[in-house]
Amino acid sequence: MTTLPFEPVPPPQEQTTPSAESRWRTLRSIDRSDRIYQRLLTGIALALPALILVILGVLFVSALPAIGRYGPAFIWTSTWDPVKEIYGAAPMIFGTLASSFLALLIAVPLALGVAILLTEFAPRWLRQPVAFLVELLAAIPSVVYGLWGIFVLIPFLRSVVVPPLKAVFGWTPFIQGVFYGNSMIAGGIILAIMIVPYIAAVSREVLLAVPVSQREAALAMGATRWEAVRSAVLPYGRAGLIGAIILGLGRALGETMAVTMVIGNRHDISVSLLQPAYTMAAAIANEFSEATTNMYLSALFEVGLILFVLTVIVNAVARILIWRVARGTAVGSRAL
Amino acid sequence: MFRRSLLALGIIGTLASPLVSGLLTAQVRLNGAGATFPNIIYQTWILTYNQKFDNVEINYQSIGSGGGIRQFSDKTVDFGGTDAPMTDSAIAAIGGNVLHIPTVLGAVVPTYNLPGITQQLRFTPDVLTDIFLGKITNWSDGRIASINPGVTLPKQDIIVVHRSDGSGTTFVWTDYLSKVSPDWLQKVGRGVSVNWPVGLGGRGNEGVTATVRQSPGGIGYVELGYALINKMSFGLVRNKSGNWITPSLESVTAAAQGAMDQMGPTTDFRVSITDSPGAQAYPIASFTWVLLRKEYPDYAKGRELLKFVWWSLTEGQAKAPGLGYAPLPKEMRPWIEARLRSVTAGGRPAWQGPAATGAQ
Repeated sequence: MTTLPFEPVPPPQEQTTPSAESRWRTLRSIDRSDRIYQRLLTGIALALPALILVILGVLFVSALPAIGRYGPAFIWTSTWDPVKEIYGAAPMIFGTLASSFLALLIAVPLALGVAILLTEFAPRWLRQPVAFLVELLAAIPSVVYGLWGIFVLIPFLRSVVVPPLKAVFGWTPFIQGVFYGNSMIAGGIILAIMIVPYIAAVSREVLLAVPVSQREAALAMGATRWEAVRSAVLPYGRAGLIGAIILGLGRALGETMAVTMVIGNRHDISVSLLQPAYTMAAAIANEFSEATTNMYLSALFEVGLILFVLTVIVNAVARILIWRVARGTAVGSRAL
Repeated sequence: MFRRSLLALGIIGTLASPLVSGLLTAQVRLNGAGATFPNIIYQTWILTYNQKFDNVEINYQSIGSGGGIRQFSDKTVDFGGTDAPMTDSAIAAIGGNVLHIPTVLGAVVPTYNLPGITQQLRFTPDVLTDIFLGKITNWSDGRIASINPGVTLPKQDIIVVHRSDGSGTTFVWTDYLSKVSPDWLQKVGRGVSVNWPVGLGGRGNEGVTATVRQSPGGIGYVELGYALINKMSFGLVRNKSGNWITPSLESVTAAAQGAMDQMGPTTDFRVSITDSPGAQAYPIASFTWVLLRKEYPDYAKGRELLKFVWWSLTEGQAKAPGLGYAPLPKEMRPWIEARLRSVTAGGRPAWQGPAATGAQ
């Protein structure tokens, strides 16, 4: 009919909507304690990023004398001589990266294997005990790992692992020179054992979150259980799995005590896994307390700054990687 | 309700009572920080001293010599502790307001792992230097054999082990090598950490010991006290007078006695006593120092601190040998006394000498 009778109708509608909104608003604003609570939470949430900025700022300011004196060459020169005050961090940067990636190389297959076994293959009664024991590895203090490294791992490497390794791979540049015990390979293995529980625990959660329908679909297509894992479960959770690995890498980059006890603490770059090396975290822990001159201290702060930046870069790269592979497959990526 | 408030009162009371009693008795709090090497004896001194004089509360944190010097220079502590003396420029930076007072002596010994060798090996300064420079690389080297007649040395690679953490032990060791070898001085020099030509780094005395023990052919250096307490095997070193000296607390004190003609009542005690000329002196020895200010703003603090330091240097010395430290030669006491008397606090002499303190 005519539209006139209906014309007065919209205004009440417009009125009710704002009034409901304003009622909601008043409801929200009525309780002052709520607002205080919200501000408190905001404050706490902002405190953490602020803390990181403060740490970055302090590191930078303390490192300024060294940055000014040695310039960018600090990153690629390898002499570390506190007596003559010549500092170059290349061996430590190399050692940190190399030991961490070596650790990943060993730990990732192990940890993923454990996670896949526990979610897909193991009988139910075995799952909890094994998961518990693997996660227990994370509770061992790192100094205990270090001692174990010195008294068990290194003698074992010396007598059992290295001789055959030398016999088979002795022609490669990675297995060269006299094996003293304390070495890159010892550091890498210790680190690998330390990061396995982190990667395994997170991977297990990720794989558990893969919907059963994915597995059933693959099995229904005639896949074996292993094929189902490989073609359906792992791709579905890959974003989460990468996240788990990055978590392990982050831990490996910063680990100090256990590494310094077995890696040999030598400011040297060698591609041979049998040679001693050094990491940034270990050098800072070792030399900080007795750094008597200001330039020495400042050089150590610069090492700390580089470690900090390196960790940020690694995490950023990981984020990008996760976003790229996570398109379409979302398990675990939301949690990261 | 009533019971709960009673409980709360009780808790507050328990928490506060040490505070209250602390306020009543310990009027003076002295804070110190620094070297880890003398930590054990400093803590023992503090404990024993407190049993006699409970009007003072002393605190020493073993954060390392570097940290000790920094905190002392920033005036966050009343006294510092260091194994490596402050450099002239560091002293100038705080307006010269520092006294180095030796407290006990330490020494550094070469320790090695040669399975099957039971005799104590002998080292000359140049053999030690060349091992640590990487010039002697095998135990069967003729130069080691010629000073160790009667010992069949194995054909074994030498694995040099040094400290990876900055340390007074490293300072003493490299200070010695720098004195006996111009080559070492020019290539490496002395310091709490240096640029090692060869070798593996172990963290702490225990890290060096573990690495040496795990590596056949290994040689490292550790503190004498640590080696004695852990009953480790260590070598003899030939001293400046040409005698083979077994490292011991006596031969370390002898090193300080041998170096006494470098010192006097007005001396700066920042004296290196490595390569000491004494006939029975073990050559790789050193003082460890406390850092005191020449002028303290607070009279009571200055007085109590000096009383404690003097007590440590006299009565306290008896505690040293049992803990693996060599006591200072008694002959040094008058000189140290003269230095302590020069300290002022609140504008007047902080300490009137031993008679005034009652500690003898």
